[in-house]
Amino acid sequence: MGLLDQKLGNGGVLIAPIDDLINWARLSSLWPMGFGIACCAIEFMGAVSSAYDLDRFGIIPRPSPRQSDVMLVAGTVTFKMADRVRRLYEQMAEPRYVISMGSCSNCGGPYWQHGYHVVKGVDRIVPVDVYVPGCPPRPEALIGGFIKLQEKIRRESLQTPQAALDLLAKKEKEVSA
Amino acid sequence: MSNLLEILRQQVDSNLPDLNTNDSPASLQVEAKHLLAVAKVLYTHPDLYFDSLSCITGIDNGPTLGTMEVAYNLYSIPYHQSLMLKVVVPRSVEAMPVVPSLTGIWRTADWHEREAYDLLGIYFEGHPDLRRILMPADWVGHPLRKDYQDPSTYRGITVK
Repeated sequence: MGLLDQKLGNGGVLIAPIDDLINWARLSSLWPMGFGIACCAIEFMGAVSSAYDLDRFGIIPRPSPRQSDVMLVAGTVTFKMADRVRRLYEQMAEPRYVISMGSCSNCGGPYWQHGYHVVKGVDRIVPVDVYVPGCPPRPEALIGGFIKLQEKIRRESLQTPQAALDLLAKKEKEVSA
Repeated sequence: MSNLLEILRQQVDSNLPDLNTNDSPASLQVEAKHLLAVAKVLYTHPDLYFDSLSCITGIDNGPTLGTMEVAYNLYSIPYHQSLMLKVVVPRSVEAMPVVPSLTGIWRTADWHEREAYDLLGIYFEGHPDLRRILMPADWVGHPLRKDYQDPSTYRGITVK
């Protein structure tokens, strides 16, 4: 905040594109949902602890999907759990992001061949923004994943992408025809 | 342990086979119809007193052999004795193999039998609450059977 204080402190005016301002605000306070479903969650706890200090990125785990910006799927997603994961995702307010942490949630991991009970990748249930490889990933890797997500958010825009506008126009034409 | 067989042959069935000492702990193969009576004697007889049921294991021997097994690991805390009971039942596609439930004797059997029911499809007759314990309630099939086939989807999620 040091920079902004100095610019605004003396009655100055800050002019910035609204996209940049909102993106900066969003990526600086990514609140993940504090839930874990296997051993990856232990590494997540390690990353939040004082040794790795995720707080310095503005990342503070929240106990409710309503207060969260990012869902961290840290562990094995079973078919029994799949409905719950999807429901938690649906309860989050937009914009919402998903980080898939570890091999299990990326692709089924060690349960790929014989795991009759494991969803082979959480991206079969919810859209995933960032995949963090590892079994489990070390806290450094998880922090890397969060930084990747920040980079992704930095490139976002409030404007509807041209491709989406084209698609909508096409749909409208079809309906009217 | 020789005492054990004498008691059981006297009280339950004179044709009970000898203990199989190749197994560890020594095992006694029992017919399904005698299981409940044998278990009751093992539990109540003052010279045996198998007061603890450590584990129940369900085994599928495959469609070629056409049998399923249930193995019970018993332990007598006062006599420091272990015993394995084995029940072999025929398996078929149409009907579940049926084994009497031991929940009336050892409460431990409750969840173990539910697990064997869930994963292997063995029906425990007399169980008070025989539901799936690990898989979702609406799952189709019993995953640890040798001839189990994965469903293509579950609630709209691709399985394989």
